[in-house]
Amino acid sequence: MRNVVIVGYGMAGARLADEIRRRDPKAERVAVTVLGDESHPAYNRVLLSSVVAGSLTPEAVRLHDPEWAARHHIDLRLGGSVSKIDRTRRVVHVDDDEVPYDSLVLATGARSWVPPTDGLLDGNGTLASGVVAFRSLDDCARIVDKASPGTPVAVLGGGLLGLEAARGLAGRGCLVTVVHPVGHLMERQLDPGAGRVLATTLRGLGIEFRLGVLATKYTPGEGLELNDGTHVPADLVVVSAGVRAETGLAEQAGIDVDRGVLVDDALRSSDPRVHAIGDCAQHVGTVSGLVQPAWEQAAVLADRLTGAAPAARYSGTTVVTRLKARDVDLAALGDVHVGVDSADDEVLCFQDPARGRYAKLVLRGDKVTGAIVIGAPDAAAAITQLFDRGLPAPTDRLALLLGRALPAENEASPADLPASAVVCRCNTVSKSQLVSAWRGGAKTVSAIAEVTRASTGCGGCKDAVCGIVDWLAASQPQSA
Amino acid sequence: MTDSPRIDTHCPYCALQCAMTIENGRVSPREFPTNRGGLCQKGWTSAELLTSPKRLTTPLVRRDGELRPASWDEALDLVADKLRELREVHGPDSVGVFGGGGLTNEKSYLLGKFARVALGTSQIDYNGRFCMSSAAAAGMKAFGLDRGMPFPVTDLDNAGAILLVGGNPAETMPPFVQHLRNAELIVIDPRRTATAELATLHLQPAPGTDLALALGLLHTAVADGYLDKQYLSDRTTGFDDAWRIAATWWPERVERVTGVPVADQRAAVRILAEAANAYILTGRGTEQHASGADTVSAWINLAMALGLPGTKGSGYGCLTGQGNGQGGREHGQKADQLPGYRKIDDPAAREHIQGIWGVDDLPGPGRSAYELLDALGQPDGPKALLVFGSNVIVSAPRSQHVADRLKALDLLVVADLVLSDTAAVADVVLPITQWAEESGTMTNLEGRVLLRQVAVAPPEGVRSDLDVMQGLATRLGQPAERFPTEPEVVFEELRRASEGGLADYSGVTYERLRQGEALHWPVVEESTPRNFLDRFAHADGMARFIPVEHRGPAELPDADYPLQATTGRVLQHYQSGAQTRLVRELNQAEPEAYVEVHPDTAVRAGLGNGQLAAVVSRRGRTLARVRCVPSMLIDVVFLPFHYAGDGRANLLTNPVLDPTSRMPEFKVCAVRLESV
Repeated sequence: MRNVVIVGYGMAGARLADEIRRRDPKAERVAVTVLGDESHPAYNRVLLSSVVAGSLTPEAVRLHDPEWAARHHIDLRLGGSVSKIDRTRRVVHVDDDEVPYDSLVLATGARSWVPPTDGLLDGNGTLASGVVAFRSLDDCARIVDKASPGTPVAVLGGGLLGLEAARGLAGRGCLVTVVHPVGHLMERQLDPGAGRVLATTLRGLGIEFRLGVLATKYTPGEGLELNDGTHVPADLVVVSAGVRAETGLAEQAGIDVDRGVLVDDALRSSDPRVHAIGDCAQHVGTVSGLVQPAWEQAAVLADRLTGAAPAARYSGTTVVTRLKARDVDLAALGDVHVGVDSADDEVLCFQDPARGRYAKLVLRGDKVTGAIVIGAPDAAAAITQLFDRGLPAPTDRLALLLGRALPAENEASPADLPASAVVCRCNTVSKSQLVSAWRGGAKTVSAIAEVTRASTGCGGCKDAVCGIVDWLAASQPQSA
Repeated sequence: MTDSPRIDTHCPYCALQCAMTIENGRVSPREFPTNRGGLCQKGWTSAELLTSPKRLTTPLVRRDGELRPASWDEALDLVADKLRELREVHGPDSVGVFGGGGLTNEKSYLLGKFARVALGTSQIDYNGRFCMSSAAAAGMKAFGLDRGMPFPVTDLDNAGAILLVGGNPAETMPPFVQHLRNAELIVIDPRRTATAELATLHLQPAPGTDLALALGLLHTAVADGYLDKQYLSDRTTGFDDAWRIAATWWPERVERVTGVPVADQRAAVRILAEAANAYILTGRGTEQHASGADTVSAWINLAMALGLPGTKGSGYGCLTGQGNGQGGREHGQKADQLPGYRKIDDPAAREHIQGIWGVDDLPGPGRSAYELLDALGQPDGPKALLVFGSNVIVSAPRSQHVADRLKALDLLVVADLVLSDTAAVADVVLPITQWAEESGTMTNLEGRVLLRQVAVAPPEGVRSDLDVMQGLATRLGQPAERFPTEPEVVFEELRRASEGGLADYSGVTYERLRQGEALHWPVVEESTPRNFLDRFAHADGMARFIPVEHRGPAELPDADYPLQATTGRVLQHYQSGAQTRLVRELNQAEPEAYVEVHPDTAVRAGLGNGQLAAVVSRRGRTLARVRCVPSMLIDVVFLPFHYAGDGRANLLTNPVLDPTSRMPEFKVCAVRLESV
C-alpha cells in the first residue's frame, strides 16, 4: 500500500483526497494522510465572496462534513503546523510528530500579498487594526463583522477578487471605494474600454473607484491616503492585491522553486517523490491561483498515485474568467489584448457603455481566441462554449455578439405568411389549407376546425386561425 | 365496419390517452380532463389502421427464407415445440420475452406470469426500460413510490410556474399543452423545440449536461435564499450531503459546462421559487442518459429544496411516454419486478405472488432490456425470443448490433398487428388484435386507470395477445385456466396480485371504470388522486435527498466525430413508427428521416437544406435529409427516431447503460456529418 501524504487541506488538497478515494474507495491501494493548518474542515474558497455578500453561510461553503475523513479511511490531522520535510528519511515533521510518506503532495496554496502601504502592518508584521486580507473563511468572518450598513470600506485591489468583495460589501450597504494602482480595472483580463464599462456598471451599484493611484498610508479609524493627495475614509480596509504561492516548505527542503513549486506534466517537483498542485504549484510558467486548474491537477495526480491511469498527464487549463458579482455579468477569456486593426486576427468590438454593455471577440480562422463580454449574458455563455469546445463561430457574428439584444423579428401578418406555413402544428394544417377551407364556405374558426381540424389539438393556434379568418373576411370585397 | 355503435374509448398512442369516441370507423374527440376535447393528428387518424390493407390477418412462418401464411395451430405448435426443445437442452433461461409499454395492464400482467410460470424464464424485460426506467428509479429512491405524476394533470392548470426538463409535449402529446398555458413556463432543452417556443424562459444546455444544470439550480436556490427550510426539516432527510456536491456547482461553473447563462439560471430559480404553486416535470430528454437516474434525482432534489413534492398545488412529476408506460411498469413485465410494483428479490413479494399463481417457486431477476438483446444467441444468452408490442430493431440503441443479435437466434417470434421491422425478420409472426378490437385497461400519465372497451370486431384471423399466451402456455403443459383470455378475468387476478403492493389496484373494477369513476392508484377502496400529501412512501414517511454528482456524456466529441447527436420525436409519428408510418396522412406530413443541423454546420459538411446526408457514429451510419435550423447549437444535430432501415436514428446511439436504471444513453452520442 502506498502512503500518500497531502500537506494542505484547502480546495486542492481536499479535492485530491476525494479523487483518490473515488478511484480507491476502500483504501486498498493508497493510504491517505491529510495535514491541514486550519482547525476546521476544508471549505470552498471560490464561494467566499458569496459569504461576504451574505448569500451563503460559512457552514454552507464547507467541502466536507466532520465525519468525512473517518467515512473515507483518511487520516486527517487538523490545526497542526508542518515545520519541515526530510526528503532523505521521507518524513514530514508536524509539530512534534513525524509522518512518513512514499509520495508527498504539496497543496499549501497561497497567501495574500500585502502592498507596502505605510501602516497596513503593525510592528509585529501582522495586519493592523481595521485591515483584513480577503483569503480565508476566518477573514470573511472578520470582514462581515465590520461590514454594517453605512460603514466606509476601502478595497485595495481592483482585480477579480477585490471586485467580488466590493460588490458583496456594497450589497450589504457599505460605502465602498476600490483603490487600484492601474488605470483600468482587471487589467490582466480586460482592455481599457471594457474596464471603463465595468467601472460604470459597478458605480451604478454604489461602488466608488480611485484608479491609477497608490495608497501611501493607512491610519486606523481614518482611512487611506493616496499618492494623488486625496483621502479615502475607511473603517475597514480589505486587502485583495494579489497572492503569493506558499513555497516555504519546498524551498527549505531544497526543492526547485520559482514563483511556485516547479512541476512537470506529471505534477512532480524536482524530487520525483514530491508533487505539488493548486495555487502553490508552477506548471509551464503558470501559477494559476484558480480552482479549475487545481481540480484538474488533482484528478491527474489521483490517476497516477492510485494507478488508475499511471500515464495521466496534466497539460494546462484554459482559463475563463467570470466575475461572480450580482447584477454584473462579465466573462473574459483567451488573448484579448488585440486591436481591431490587427492583421492576423478578426476582431469585433461593440460598445454600449450607457447600458453597461461591451463585447469584444477575437477570432483566428473562425475559432474564438479571445473575448470580453460584459452585460450580454447569453453571448458570454455561447462564446465560452465555442472557446472551450474549439468550435467554429457562427457566420452570423453579430447575432453571436449581441445575443438576445438583437431585435426580435416582427411577427408575420396573415397576409405575409407563406402559403405552405403550418398554422396548426397538432394537425399539420397549412395556411393554404385554411384559405381553401374558407373559400369552400367555412367562414368561422369552428367551421374551419370542422373541415381541417385546425385548432382541435392543443388549441394554441386558435388566435392565428382567427387572424387568418379576419384577414380573409377583410380582403373580401364587401357584398351588398 | 358500418353502423357500429358509438363507443367511448381512448387514443391508442401516447400516455395522455386522449378520450375519444369511435363510431362507424371514425374517431372524434371527447371531453375529458386530460385532453379537454383535443386530439392531435395521430389521434384523429388512429382509426385508419383498423382497416389498413397492411394489417396482418394470418400467422406467418418462415419457410425457405420467406415468411409464408400458416394456420394458428401450425404456428403455435411450431413455436411451442421449439421452446420445449430449447428448454430441455439449454434450460428455461434459453427463452427470452420482450414486452412493451403499449400493452394493456392485463397483457403486461399475463406476460410476466407467462414468462415466469409457463416458460420458467427469468429473461423478461420490456421497452419501458428505454423509456421510464430512470425516472422510476429516481422516484423510488426519493419518495419510495413511483407514479409518474403523483397528481392529476389538471392540477397543472393552477400552477404559477412549471419547469419542464427534456420534454417536448407540443410534439409528443399536443393536447397536454393546454395544461401549461396559465403558468410561467420554463423549458430546458438543447433544441428550441415547439414547446420551448411556448416558454417564458428557454434554457438550452449542451446535450448530456443536465445534471450539472440541476446541481447549479439547487446551488442558486440556496444562494438566492429560496431554500424551504421548514419543508426540509418536516418532510425530508439527507439535504446536507446533497448540498455538499451542489455547493461545488456555482452558477459560473455551471455555465461553463452547460452553456446556460448565469442570468438565466437565476431567472429560472426565481420564477419557480416565487410562484405560489410550482411544478418540476421531467421527460426523456433528461432521463435517457447513462447518468439518467442521477439526473432525475438532481431535479427531485431541486424540487424538494423548494418544498414542492407532496405539497398541495405543487410537485414533481415525470411525463410518461408510451400509452401504458405507467401501468406497463407496475405489473411484472420488468426484469426485476412482480405485479403491484413489487420487487422480485423480496421474499414476501415472491411468496404473495406464488400464492396467487399457485406455484412453488419463481425465477429471480433477469437481464435488463438492452442486456437481454445484447445476449441473444450468445453462449449463455437466450436462443429464442418472443416479442410482444415492441419493434426493437428500430427502437433499441445500437440497432444494427441488435439486428445482428436477432439473426443469431434459433427462434424469433413477434406478435404484432402489422409487419413491423422486427416482425419482418422473425421466424414466426402472430397477427393480433389492436386497441379498438379488444378490452383492457391502461394507466395514464397521472396514474389514472382507464378502460378501453371493444368498439369494433377484429378482422377474421387475428387473435389477442392473451389468446396467444394461453395457446402457447397450454401447449407447454399449463392448465388453460391459469392463462385466461377474457381481459376482465385477467384483471380480477391482477387486482388480487397487486393487493398490498405499492401499485395497489385491488379496489379498481371494470364496473367502477364503466361508471366513469376517476381512479388513480393506489385504490384499495378510495382513489388516490394525489400521493404524498401526508407522507412519502418510505417507512419513516420522509422523502430523501440523493447526493449525486455530474458525470457528463459517456462519449465526448473528438476530431473524428466532432458533433453531438440527440434523438427525439415528431408529432406525426409514434415510437418506432411501425403503425404511424402506415397512416397515409401522417406519412405524407413526415415521410422520411431527417436531421436538424445549424446552417453553418451543414455548409461546412458540404450540405444544404433538403440534401441527403449521412450521419455517422462509431456504431453506424444513418441516412437523413438535412433541415437547416438556425436555433440549433452549432455542434448538435437532432434526428427523430421513428424511421426504419437506413433512416434508423438508433443505428448511431450509444448503448452504455445507467448503472441503476439500465437505461441506455439514447440522448447523446458523438457523430460526424457526411454528404452522400
